[in-house]
Amino acid sequence: MADKVLMKGNEAIAEAALRAGCRLYFAYPITPQSELIEYMSKMMPKVGGTFVQSESEIAAINMVYGASGCGKRVMTSSSSPGISLKQEGISYISGASLPAVVVNVVRGGPGLGDIQPAQGDYYQATRGGGHGDYRNIVLAPSTVQEFADMAPLAFDLADKYRIVVLILSDGLIGQMMEPVEFQPAKTEEEIEKLGKQHESWCMHPNEDEPNHHHHIINSLELDPNVLSDLVLNLEKKYIEIEKTEIRFEEYNISPDNEILCVAYGTAARITKSAIEELKKEGKSIGLIRPITLWPFPTEAIKQAFNQNVKKILTLELNLGQMIDDVRLAIEGKVPVDFIGRVGGLVFSPEEVKTKIEEIL
Amino acid sequence: MKIELICSGFGGQGALTIGKFLSLAAMKEGKDVSWLPSYGPEMRGGTANVAVVISDKQIASPLVSHPDWLVALNKPSVDKFGPMIKSGGLMIANSDMCPDKLERENVEEIYAPMLSIANEIGSAKVLNMVSLGVIIGKTGIVKFETVEKDLKEILGKKNPALLEANLKAIAKGIEIGGKS
Repeated sequence: MADKVLMKGNEAIAEAALRAGCRLYFAYPITPQSELIEYMSKMMPKVGGTFVQSESEIAAINMVYGASGCGKRVMTSSSSPGISLKQEGISYISGASLPAVVVNVVRGGPGLGDIQPAQGDYYQATRGGGHGDYRNIVLAPSTVQEFADMAPLAFDLADKYRIVVLILSDGLIGQMMEPVEFQPAKTEEEIEKLGKQHESWCMHPNEDEPNHHHHIINSLELDPNVLSDLVLNLEKKYIEIEKTEIRFEEYNISPDNEILCVAYGTAARITKSAIEELKKEGKSIGLIRPITLWPFPTEAIKQAFNQNVKKILTLELNLGQMIDDVRLAIEGKVPVDFIGRVGGLVFSPEEVKTKIEEIL
Repeated sequence: MKIELICSGFGGQGALTIGKFLSLAAMKEGKDVSWLPSYGPEMRGGTANVAVVISDKQIASPLVSHPDWLVALNKPSVDKFGPMIKSGGLMIANSDMCPDKLERENVEEIYAPMLSIANEIGSAKVLNMVSLGVIIGKTGIVKFETVEKDLKEILGKKNPALLEANLKAIAKGIEIGGKS
């Protein structure tokens, strides 16, 4: 592996996406995500790819729809209000069963909100976000390194399942610099090969092939029986993903845990600091950090829960959204407590520690 | 070992850059680092600050509410973060723009006329590098040679004159920090 470099999360995800073979990127600028589009505008031409600063977020996601229909690794990114604008396109891409990677560097909401880090888009991200019955795989990084590592992972998952993979970061991870090591860049031959794996369904110039035929990419199907089959096929894919693609981190999980915390992304990092402080006082607090928010690590939470655990504590930078999934996992066995901050504010390790001491 | 610091000043004074070179050098010397800037409506003339954590273990929270060290390039930075410094901590302040003392008994304070020093060297731009030198001279958190190498890589070809001024400013800062 190459040496470590010090980089902002937004730049690191862009570099990692280029290395993963992304040669098409369309987006519209928005804080706190703009370093990503800036990096792409500078570096994409150097690798022979196509960068477009579109006229709007809606245009960008529809460019992604088209490029993805051609079987290419394509990405767009934005921050919360811009991601809301992209929902129609994301639903269409999901309906057409296409692979795409979308990055959301979440900021405070609702509406235009502010530009500080938040986790208020959890519901939108994990419940599809647009109209209709569909799911996105949702990856939630908690460090700059993990943010970068999620680019190749997201493209691989998108290709494997022909699904939208949403990387749900936040303003803190986007703006922060940390050491990062990149995986080696894919060669042009490797990228070409990645595109070829989609030739059975994508649009491509296939005149030379003996079994030349057209591929139609569409999300409209007026015959309810046919549409029903299409949606049930999507469901099969989602069931498979729920079986095989759950990712999470266990931190300080042990049979001695008196409190079990569940937090993701930035909130999880702060929780870890509080757990370390409480450890010094002889208190045993465990943390499950979901890395995939959908599929959600329900089973991991069930297994980490033992007879010593008095309470579950969910920590989020919102009014309490993931707590619903945590409650479903705990099935009412113990109370599920909550610490949250909204408006782009972030709780400190000291505040988390105090809250844990209160409920212990 | 874990050090949490805040570098703060007017936008354009280079507070964020102090943190950047410190983080970069610490990373090269094998430490884990995080560099978290304030990124609100900061602009030239407004205030800007960065929270830096340097640790030999993996860093969990990158937030710094009570810094071990504060680098204050202007008065608003002393007013805002001075009271937050941990007991037994350190403040390095630019005396050209911080006329009032912090008046905390349990915090060591180093005042250096950073702007005057930078002007003597010939570029007001290198004011921030004086404070980086003071940190190195006082605490030894990173080696001068590591920072020198990074600066040479970044500025060496592009602007040799500015590189020279930066290195002079750091050297002067190390001298002040070493004596304090």
